Amino acid sequence: MKRRGPVLQAVLGEWQSRIGLAILFVTLIAAVFGQLLEPYGIDQQVGGTLDPPSSAHWLGTDGGGVDLVTLLIAGARVSLIVGFAGAAVAMVIGGLVGVLSGFFGGKTDAALMRVTDYFLVLPDVPLLIIVAAIWGRSLQNIVLIIGLIYWTSTARLIRAQVKSVRERVYVRRAQALGASNTRLIFRHIVPQIAPLLIANTVLMVAQAIFLETFITFLGLGDPSAISWGKLIENSFKDDAVLNGAWWAVVPPGLAVTIVILACTLVGQSMEDALNPRLRVGHLSVRRFRVRPALRERDGA
Amino acid sequence: MGRYAAKRIGFALITVLVAITLNFVLFRALPGDAVSALRCKACTAAFRAAQRHDLGLDRPLVTQYGLYLKGIASGDLGSSLRTEAPVRGAIWEAIKNTVPMVTLGTVFSIVFGIIAGVISAWRRGTFVDKITQQTALAFYSMPTQWLALLIVLFVAGAVGLPTSGLADPSIDILGDASTWSILVDRFQHMVLPSLTLGLVLYGDYSLIVRSAMLETLGEDYVLTARAKGLSSWRIVWRHGLRNALLPIVTLVALSLGFVIGGTYTIEFIFSYPGIGYATVEAIDQRDYPILQGIFLLVTFSVIGFNLIADLLYPKLDPRVVSS
Repeated sequence: MKRRGPVLQAVLGEWQSRIGLAILFVTLIAAVFGQLLEPYGIDQQVGGTLDPPSSAHWLGTDGGGVDLVTLLIAGARVSLIVGFAGAAVAMVIGGLVGVLSGFFGGKTDAALMRVTDYFLVLPDVPLLIIVAAIWGRSLQNIVLIIGLIYWTSTARLIRAQVKSVRERVYVRRAQALGASNTRLIFRHIVPQIAPLLIANTVLMVAQAIFLETFITFLGLGDPSAISWGKLIENSFKDDAVLNGAWWAVVPPGLAVTIVILACTLVGQSMEDALNPRLRVGHLSVRRFRVRPALRERDGA
Repeated sequence: MGRYAAKRIGFALITVLVAITLNFVLFRALPGDAVSALRCKACTAAFRAAQRHDLGLDRPLVTQYGLYLKGIASGDLGSSLRTEAPVRGAIWEAIKNTVPMVTLGTVFSIVFGIIAGVISAWRRGTFVDKITQQTALAFYSMPTQWLALLIVLFVAGAVGLPTSGLADPSIDILGDASTWSILVDRFQHMVLPSLTLGLVLYGDYSLIVRSAMLETLGEDYVLTARAKGLSSWRIVWRHGLRNALLPIVTLVALSLGFVIGGTYTIEFIFSYPGIGYATVEAIDQRDYPILQGIFLLVTFSVIGFNLIADLLYPKLDPRVVSS
């Protein structure tokens, strides 16, 4: 029998992370097969303004008379795409900076970390607003912005890890045998830090989805894309709150909350497995990131 | 200590310069300047040209940068594209409203965050710990604007507190209102936005305090304290929390700067005329000078809070300086 890796074991072993995985799986299914599941069209007016839930429309209709179940499923697609793509961009930039900085050390490290420090201190929300306002409102730009804002904490984390892996005996031996830097990085170091990078990305997906709702609520989102953030914004714009239309307000936010919770649970149990110090709990501060609107950037 | 402080202050000053420069670059060097993005009915080509001239956008970049630095040095942040009022005055008005609201929310979250975090860490693994942690995680995961909407929808009506604006517009219609009733009215308008902010931050803070406490409670000196026969109360508060303060202060100080920036959605939903509301309005109107001013202000406050945290460290943990 093949032994499961410690990460997989940890993720499948705890009930919290199993629930998290199940939620992510269901959301993913909804996002991928969304078009087949949506009962109506996303532009199709099927009822009155803010109709309450009924047997035909389980979650009622929004301010434009569009079925909210349909919109919620369509929103899953956009929110997840933005979440995963934004996290991926952050991971690539952060991973690259972290690996280069940690591997080469010296002047490269000093220069890259200086840049990272400045990015860490600059408040990202105003930055994000300015960039979104100037670059224009599209999903690609949101993904880019999310990546540009979140790469710093990944870079820090990866740099620390690479610095320690780089000094391990097997890496030094490979180096002594004449392995090139490229080979050392891609064959010997990156595979070692990959699980950590993945755990970090899962946590980042949550942050990215969160940030998307925020950007959208500020009116800087893609005007044509239906995301959960957009649905929350619409419920506010359509005065759903004033009309007591909870069915337009509660579901999209709940969906975001649940998915973020799921990502956090899965990501953390992965981190715990990778870093035994975290699991002991009293040995290290777990890296909770303060949310985008009020973040602390680099927890550890 | 002196060298450490000088280093931190130096770093803060350089960061301020970087922020100022970035603020300049972002607004001028990117394609499409502030004027071409301006949306208004009277925006003819001639008007735009005049605006560009007024703002100095038709001069070489280096000259513009010089003028910009000079303006900031003398506290002049330009004037709003929409109302033509000076940015500094507009921001000052907004800050006066934001600061009390944010203070109330932050104090609420710090107090409850520390209490919940400490109890949770102290009683690790128990039912109380689980409930506290799950609640905190739930608040941690909620989008701020959504929580605000929920509070307007479900809480405001139940407790009978106002959900919009800074003050009751009809308060002095029937003769002069007393100072006391004005204050009470202002406070009532502040409660719900503060509560939203407080709950959001509570999630973050209690989780952070819990993990910081868990770390210190695992230290040898806690074991020693226990062996000496000290009461749990004394161990937790004197030996545990005081040593856990370092990471807590870091994170609180770091987030304080962002809190000012984080009130955007809350103030917008509660129509509370502070910095956040001004920002959302300025975004909507593409009023770049206001946005620039707010960006600088928030950046400076973040850098300021960071510096304070850095300078506080040696007091909390003398090891910081030597390392």
